[in-house]
Amino acid sequence: MGAAEPTVRTAPVEVDRPADEAVVTPAVPWIVIVWNDPVNLMTYVTWVFQRLFGYSLQRATELMLDVHHKGKAVVASGAREQCESHVARLHAFGLWATMQQDR
Amino acid sequence: MDDDAVFSSVARGAMEVDLHDSIRDLLDRLCDQLEQLLRRENPASDPAMARLFPAAYPDDPLRELEFERMTGDDLTRGRLAALQTVRASLRAELLDQKQSLAWLGTLNDLRLVLGSRLDVTEESTAADFPDADDAATFQIYQLLGGLQGRLLFAMDPAIEEPEL
Repeated sequence: MGAAEPTVRTAPVEVDRPADEAVVTPAVPWIVIVWNDPVNLMTYVTWVFQRLFGYSLQRATELMLDVHHKGKAVVASGAREQCESHVARLHAFGLWATMQQDR
Repeated sequence: MDDDAVFSSVARGAMEVDLHDSIRDLLDRLCDQLEQLLRRENPASDPAMARLFPAAYPDDPLRELEFERMTGDDLTRGRLAALQTVRASLRAELLDQKQSLAWLGTLNDLRLVLGSRLDVTEESTAADFPDADDAATFQIYQLLGGLQGRLLFAMDPAIEEPEL
């Protein structure tokens, strides 16, 4: 690129570079949140976390207790499509799940 | 009415069911009602539907619309398929793994429907439902919770109700 003529300053060209190349924002990861609800049994929520995410019984129980005591818990994170798939499966199991960007 | 159900795990993931006929009849009727709800043309007015089909993007209507378009039909189909599996095994004394999972899911769906219609809280007791119809519904809701808890325990005894 500019290596052949290192002494030539081409600053204006640099400034005018299209933004989509120069300012690619790092992908902000998405998070999947499960919210507390009065219906789902605690044991069932723990079971779903183990089954869907492969969490250990201990980890799944911790997350379930976070949901129960704090009203919600982040149960997964990653790319948007991946999180949508998690949310869809949580909904299929009757859990109240939403997703948002982790800002 | 409460403690008639016994699920016990037997060989190779199969589940023995010892359930009174009156409870099986009740489940049959509840399955019919759930199917009607799932097949309704315009179900948005029912609070139970919001609970069965929560928003993935509650603050982003456009993305939510796209998400519903992508996943909504699959979600309904999955629920109906589980429902049919439960119906087909409603009189069985032995459930295979697929049937047990369908029972677990459908019991949960039924509880979500009844619980959201009654607007239950974690502290709800029978005393909160003076109306006779609501009281009867709450009794069924509790019965279903008992069944689901027992089924889950039979499927995976390692998961214990934590002391709170």
